[in-house]
Amino acid sequence: MNSKLKLEKLNIHFGATHAVKDVSLEFPANTVTAIIGPSGCGKSTVLRSINRMHDLTPSARVTGRILLDEADIYDRKVDPVAVRRRIGMVFQKANPFPAMSIYDNVISGYKLNGRVKKAEMDEIVESSLRRVALWDEVKERLKSSAMALSGGQQQRLCIARTVAVQPEVILMDEPCSALDPIATLKIEELIAELKEQYTVVIVTHNMQQAARVSDCTAFLYLGELIEFDVTKKIFTNPTKSQTEDYITGRFG
Amino acid sequence: MSDMDSAPLTDRRMIKGDAIFKGVILALAGSILLILLIMMFEMVKESLPAIKKFGGRFLLGREWDAVQGEFGALDFLYGSVVSAVLAILLATPLSVGAALFITDIAPRKVGNVIAPIIELLAAIPSVIYGLWGVLVMAPWLQQSVQPWLIEHFGFLPFFQGAPYGVSMMAAVFILMIMIIPIITSITKEVLLAVPVSQKEAAYALGATRWEMVRMALIPYARSGVLGAVILGLGRAIGETMAVTMVIGNTPQISLSLLAPAYTMPSVIANEFAETTSKLHASALMEVGLILLVVTLIINIMARLLIWSVTRGDTGARA
Repeated sequence: MNSKLKLEKLNIHFGATHAVKDVSLEFPANTVTAIIGPSGCGKSTVLRSINRMHDLTPSARVTGRILLDEADIYDRKVDPVAVRRRIGMVFQKANPFPAMSIYDNVISGYKLNGRVKKAEMDEIVESSLRRVALWDEVKERLKSSAMALSGGQQQRLCIARTVAVQPEVILMDEPCSALDPIATLKIEELIAELKEQYTVVIVTHNMQQAARVSDCTAFLYLGELIEFDVTKKIFTNPTKSQTEDYITGRFG
Repeated sequence: MSDMDSAPLTDRRMIKGDAIFKGVILALAGSILLILLIMMFEMVKESLPAIKKFGGRFLLGREWDAVQGEFGALDFLYGSVVSAVLAILLATPLSVGAALFITDIAPRKVGNVIAPIIELLAAIPSVIYGLWGVLVMAPWLQQSVQPWLIEHFGFLPFFQGAPYGVSMMAAVFILMIMIIPIITSITKEVLLAVPVSQKEAAYALGATRWEMVRMALIPYARSGVLGAVILGLGRAIGETMAVTMVIGNTPQISLSLLAPAYTMPSVIANEFAETTSKLHASALMEVGLILLVVTLIINIMARLLIWSVTRGDTGARA
């Protein structure tokens, strides 16, 4: 398997707290990898290091290497802005821009490339919204506020906004935790489709969700990687006893 | 448990106390409203002679002659509105820039030092601003800035005439300096209230810092920033002392910023102690009334403006 993304001995500190310890992981291209573990295990912290979001936290210190197509994104010469254009992110709580219309939200990231023709924008907006199965629901009201959408629609809008930038990797930080089961189902179906084009990494506290959507699963506990394998194996025949305890609900 | 232990269901003492408390609070709150009403009533009453004598001519008239008993307030109205609006136009970008610097650009330690210093500026009495304006800034304007403007931009109507120093320009600058702390500190609070999730949304799309400010911060915070600007405008239009000291107190309407002008608060402050007639006092009172009405109109327009730009984005305050 050729890996799109590789973490090598990743360590993350916040001030004196050692949040992530020596985590090494490989994410193959066009797969969905789930990162699971109890609250506070560092799974979101790992995810946020992959598009250099920790750069925004002054106390955070990231060491080790993260390779995107063999290039270290923490290299001194690398521009974090360029990294984030190739590695998009969807957050736990849908965060559309409240002052923008649905249309403007979708195109907001793409427009950062510079001047774009109206026809090109229309095309990107339509294809991105179709990609997240939102087009038919909103095509009549593209100019209305994004805040008029339901929570699930807002989250799909945020995914459309991420997709519109045409990244290679999409990171998802518990994207369904604020959604009802039907909206969750829609997002999960969407994730399965997204992997045809993108490499997806999803953090989830919902083990059923990890089992449903992912190809590989990493189990983190107290900042350490306990086990990483094909999802089926993790959930049916884990090697480590800690993994088994967690997925069978004995702790966490 | 015996009956002796349970408290009685009615406590006369407490009920009486609550009634007294309610009465006192009601009286205090009512007195504020009453003071306002009495003030308005007195202003209208005192202005009546001037209102009756001049009518609409008072608003549009340009003659202000205490000896002849002819009063028109247009020059003062012009001076007040123009100086305040220009000051706001200059102060807003500076203040928003300073607030952005404190909240999002400077390291937290630097921001924590700068913010209180800027806020301290708001505590300086306006007469000190005026003193500095007339002793330091006005001579500097007269000797350096204004001659340069005349030489290079003298063909524009805004920079014509002789450099006096004390001028509309001096008033605009003093007002600008005085309202920057207000707009900056409110804008700072508004920017700090923008949720991190909004900033992260922009960054995750590959926005640079400036693009994040434009995409996430400013649109989210715009109603609050507008509110800050309105407060600044209110302060600028009512400012008396500092403006009186640097504007030159010459009633005239000139496009040139180098020319002296006069504002409504200034004329009231300058002339009230030495009114020559009942009509003169009444005319000054009417100027005060106009100032009050202008302030109200600005506030109402501002509310409408804020309401119209924030309509729809219900999430902005959620």
